[in-house]
Amino acid sequence: MLGQGFAVLLSHWRRHKLQFAMLVLGLALATALWSAVQAINGEARASYARAAAVVGQDRLEQLATPDGARLPQSTYIALRTAGWLVSPVLEGEKRFGGERLRILGVDPVTLPADAAQVNVGAADIGLQRFITPPGVFIMSRETAERLKGIDTPPIRISDALPPGTVLTDIGIAQQVLDAPGQLSRLLLAPKQPAEVRPLAQVAPGLVRRAPAVESDLSRLTDSFHLNLTAFGFLAFAVGLFIVHSAIGLAFEQRRPVIRTLRAVGMPLRALILLMIVELLVLSTVAGLIGVALGYGVASLLLPDVAASLRGLYGAEVPGTLSIRPSVWGLGLAIAVTGTLVSAAARLWRIASMPLLAPARPRAWSLASERALRLQAVGGFVLLVAAWLIAQFGAGLVAGFAALGAMLLGAALILPLALSLLLKLGERLSQGVIAQWFWADTRQQLPGLSLALMALLLALAANAGVGTMVQSFRLTFVGWLDQRLPSELYVTTRSNDESQKVHDWLASRSDAVLPIWNTEVRMFGQPVQVYGIADHATYRQHWPMLEAAPDAWDSIASGQGVLANEQLARRQKLTLGDMIPLDGGHSLPLVGIFSDYGNPKGQVIVGVGLLVKLYPDASRLRYAVRIAHDKAPKLAEDLRGTFGLPDENVVNQATIKAFSLKIFERTFAVTAALNVLTLGVAAIAIFASLLTLSGMRLSQLAPAWAMGLTLKRLAWLEILRSVALASFTMLAAVPVGLGLAWMLLAVINVEAFGWRLPMHVFPMDWLRLFLLAVASAILAALLPALWLARRAPADLVKVFANER
Amino acid sequence: MLLDLQDVSKSYPTGEGVLQVLRGVSLSLDAGESLALTGESGSGKSTLLHLAGGLDRPDSGAILFEGRDIAGLDDKELAAFRRVRVGLVFQQFNLIPSLDVAANLAFQARLGGRFDAAWMARLTARLGLERLLDRYPEQLSGGQQQRVAIGRALAGRPQLIFADEPTGNLDEATGDAVLELMMSLLPETGAALLMVTHSMRLASRLGRRLHLAAGKLG
Amino acid sequence: MNVRVLLLLLLMMATPALAQGFAGLGGDAQGFAVPERGVALSFPQDHDAHPAYRIEWWYLTANLKGADGQDYGAQWTLFRSALAPEERPGWQSPQLWMGHAALTAPQRHYSTERVGRGGVGQAGVTLAPFSASIDDWNMTSRAPVSDDALSALSINAAGDGFSYNLNLDAKGPLVLQGDHGYSVKSAQGQASFYYSQPFYEVAGTITVDGKEIAVTGQAWFDHEWSSQPLAKDQTGWDWFSFRFASGEKLMGFRLRDAGDGFTSATWIAADGTSEPQPPGALTVTPLAWSDVKGHRVPVQWKLALPAKGLDVTTVPVNADAWMDTQVSYWEGPVRIAGTHPGQGYVEMTGY
Repeated sequence: MLGQGFAVLLSHWRRHKLQFAMLVLGLALATALWSAVQAINGEARASYARAAAVVGQDRLEQLATPDGARLPQSTYIALRTAGWLVSPVLEGEKRFGGERLRILGVDPVTLPADAAQVNVGAADIGLQRFITPPGVFIMSRETAERLKGIDTPPIRISDALPPGTVLTDIGIAQQVLDAPGQLSRLLLAPKQPAEVRPLAQVAPGLVRRAPAVESDLSRLTDSFHLNLTAFGFLAFAVGLFIVHSAIGLAFEQRRPVIRTLRAVGMPLRALILLMIVELLVLSTVAGLIGVALGYGVASLLLPDVAASLRGLYGAEVPGTLSIRPSVWGLGLAIAVTGTLVSAAARLWRIASMPLLAPARPRAWSLASERALRLQAVGGFVLLVAAWLIAQFGAGLVAGFAALGAMLLGAALILPLALSLLLKLGERLSQGVIAQWFWADTRQQLPGLSLALMALLLALAANAGVGTMVQSFRLTFVGWLDQRLPSELYVTTRSNDESQKVHDWLASRSDAVLPIWNTEVRMFGQPVQVYGIADHATYRQHWPMLEAAPDAWDSIASGQGVLANEQLARRQKLTLGDMIPLDGGHSLPLVGIFSDYGNPKGQVIVGVGLLVKLYPDASRLRYAVRIAHDKAPKLAEDLRGTFGLPDENVVNQATIKAFSLKIFERTFAVTAALNVLTLGVAAIAIFASLLTLSGMRLSQLAPAWAMGLTLKRLAWLEILRSVALASFTMLAAVPVGLGLAWMLLAVINVEAFGWRLPMHVFPMDWLRLFLLAVASAILAALLPALWLARRAPADLVKVFANER
Repeated sequence: MLLDLQDVSKSYPTGEGVLQVLRGVSLSLDAGESLALTGESGSGKSTLLHLAGGLDRPDSGAILFEGRDIAGLDDKELAAFRRVRVGLVFQQFNLIPSLDVAANLAFQARLGGRFDAAWMARLTARLGLERLLDRYPEQLSGGQQQRVAIGRALAGRPQLIFADEPTGNLDEATGDAVLELMMSLLPETGAALLMVTHSMRLASRLGRRLHLAAGKLG
Repeated sequence: MNVRVLLLLLLMMATPALAQGFAGLGGDAQGFAVPERGVALSFPQDHDAHPAYRIEWWYLTANLKGADGQDYGAQWTLFRSALAPEERPGWQSPQLWMGHAALTAPQRHYSTERVGRGGVGQAGVTLAPFSASIDDWNMTSRAPVSDDALSALSINAAGDGFSYNLNLDAKGPLVLQGDHGYSVKSAQGQASFYYSQPFYEVAGTITVDGKEIAVTGQAWFDHEWSSQPLAKDQTGWDWFSFRFASGEKLMGFRLRDAGDGFTSATWIAADGTSEPQPPGALTVTPLAWSDVKGHRVPVQWKLALPAKGLDVTTVPVNADAWMDTQVSYWEGPVRIAGTHPGQGYVEMTGY
């Protein structure tokens, strides 16, 4: 009996194949997008964890110099001889054939167990080989692929290492990095002997640092990943709308069947159970398809994401996706759970339905005005909440919460707003058909409201993000011109070469400006310290947001400091605040400048001061000023004279293009997700229209009987869809603007630390409007065509005496 | 002769094959006449009504309205025919749920461009609908809805009124009252009435009676 | 510390091969120098490390009596293990160093270890003045230039719960083991260069669980180096260093294998004359077994050397003297009873 009942239930889908397809497709797409985002995020996070775990820096304490400069090996020996259980680490970057690698040198003999990720004693490496030149480079498979054909010491593969990082012996590392007798830091074994001479006595220049439980990288990229996650949720929510409508229709259409089954003697409980099983099977199948699709989407997007992360944060994320069962399993679970939750209300109603209740599909679509009003009230409450959070909340989570509340609130208000608009249309219209058109559309509204809310969200997201991106681009391009005013940018390869190049250039150009820098920890975060020369270039071009009147003079005389917007915001700095530099120096803040795209704080001092306070600062880069047309020749000559590789002498246009490219790639991901979300919303509308088309017949039949041709009625259907989409687009504009404002003024500031002015781009909205209308027409086309092709017999059936 | 059906046949495809509903039926109707069609369920009387009203086309035979065969009209012309010449009253009332009573009453008349405010007012009064004009169909009782349906059918002063079991969903007293109203309004419009009913009692209230059995008039 | 890496230290292999003998000491010599009979040992040069040989150790054991009247034992060992038969400067040095230190008290045995690479200054042996050290553990000569470097030493080490600081003064000469320092280990002829300084008088302090105790006593120092000290089938050894009340001393060991084992001994007269005994002359018999940290170890012994009329039994100060190090073994002070009463140290490996 169960089997037969199940067969009867399933037969419904055989007759309504398109409905079935919509249900599966909607759920699959939603799951795909959500899973794709989760997979990308998961891949990145695993990579950060690996990077963080490298040499146990997330578990072990470290000893290092306060400014991060290298320390002499003799300090290590002194500590050891005093009884400290420490292990040396040397870290640095080196290019091999154009590929930049992070070299990590360790001493496997003294390395604490917590930090030993690779078994150096293993058969294919061997301690002897590891420590004897040329040594062994241990790296991940992907990094090894990048180095194919390039001359390096022998390579061994270990997947415990993050991409771009190479593990080798400390002696070998010292050779490769040209740092004889130098170390970057010392790892402290978890358990130190009780009686050791205090650190201050043995190695007074070192500080003790707690393990970096949350890596800098993970924190920096949090906002990026939060963005992606938010999109994933949006897509899934829209997809669930589709599922909800499809299930709703199926249930209503099957009421007679259910009634019959029960009348024939099938127990209610068994029936409910069968329907749950049916939903489980459907959602599992759709979920599996979705997960597979998601994998494809993630694989397509990951290279762009990886490139963005590398360009923005220097984070190394593999460009290929590894299969993580947990992510995909979670996607499937969410698909099934979401479906069951969507269907829960309907199942409940069936359970409490009296045996012989007549089928009333019309009742399903007719919701009272009151319900709409209640919903709108809820929406207003959410909008108010959003405003309150935006005013008084702080932090990225609060920002996204406000954003979510605003979007949801707007969506909830939409049906009432549309209803009012339609009522207005009815009142203003003259002809009988026009009047009927508006009234009938209003009657349709509840059935379409979910899909329209989804459309609103998708349109607003598109408009909002589009506005943000365009504002960004506009400002960014202008800002780039300010930040990169010099014609040539030169990177030398050693301090020695740096001096020679400087002297050579000095006589051949208008100015040679040093771009010397180091990175320190200030206010508990990584902060770049740059030293600049006193030159008109800076005074004229530098993008200052706020500046004391004699700011540049202070810088030049080594008595002032500039900070970038990010740092100023994070630490709530104002002009005049004292900034702690190395060696106990503190200088007042004399200016704040904009620094888009930089996740780190940055501080600028006079170059003389930089060299004095941080003698180990990198002195390899210069900006060269020369007449535009003379720049290429100078670059040629420079390369030729010093044998500098192409990428070490770059001109301005190239750098700008590169910066823009990174920027474009970052938002390409967002754009892709935007388009996909819009597509899902369009499908939602289509699904809803399809849902309603069955019922339309009984609603349209009277009008047809009274003398309206089917063709006319079909055109009206299309027009109805266009009208609704247009109104929704109208509503989406203010919501989109609100979204853009929140993104620029709240989210971006919290996430990145800099704020962009907002510009409006009406042409973009027009384009979006046309897109919305086109989607509406497409969505309505098929149902309208079917309507027009109906045989009179079908319509007449509506008037049949037996229902 | 206003309406002349000549040897009309109609069949429908069903799951078990083709069902022959009407086999060569002929009838005629004059202006101002009222004709009752009776028969068992399944005898084809509703089908006959639908064909006569231009809601469907016969397989064979002719349906002449004022001498013209409406079976040969295309969709647009049929629609026009129904708009202007025909008023329909159904068992399920079939009012337009999204319009209020006033709009429902005026709907067909305005569609056909035959709206007459004075006539509308008179109809409204005669049907006792004055206080219900801004209500919606779902708020009305069965009898009230049917009265609106009748009003809608008569508002455009069509030449033909087709009623399919108009009292079927009403209790006896209400049904009688509704029918009484309709019959009393007919002479004012000069329309001909073709009514399908399975009740002999009601059928006897009309001028003529025809009986359908198994697709044939008997 | 990475377990495998440490094992590798003692496996002393540059290429993968099965471990042979206890701690791989039975592995092939492979390019390393091999001890030869007839090579004269000269000092102070031979106090230094011998990089051409694969394994080497400087080994001190001391029987101590505390001011509190209790018996204690102290051990200070520096091992050298080479990945290649040469010395290279800096981190490239193929010499690996390991230190074991222990303190045996009647109620508890403490042990600890250190590891480090050669070539950078963390561990190693220097000659002028003589100093063997790893991290903060030192064995330094206090002797004037005119005397043998080892005639006066100071040693210190510290570990979890213990530390010691001892001064050692030799009251006798260096003793060459075996045939003028060429000590055979098996019937197949595996041998090492081996000499001892068994005549130390000790004075210093030990600290046990925070309590400082003054101690005096006697100590025995071994320096041994070779490239393949064990035959492939030898699973471990039992080593005894005894100081009798008469002033005579005995160094004996039994290398265990699938068969009866290989025993060897050196009888040292009170004036330091060494009389190497023929293989098999010394018989050793385990008397009582004990379960020590999951290993079944013979903690009481009976030794007999008929040629010298020796028939003694040993009882450990603390039966739980298991070294809690990556390569673990039993090493602890013992009291000797029988024909020649006294004290000494016993080392048992391979259990």
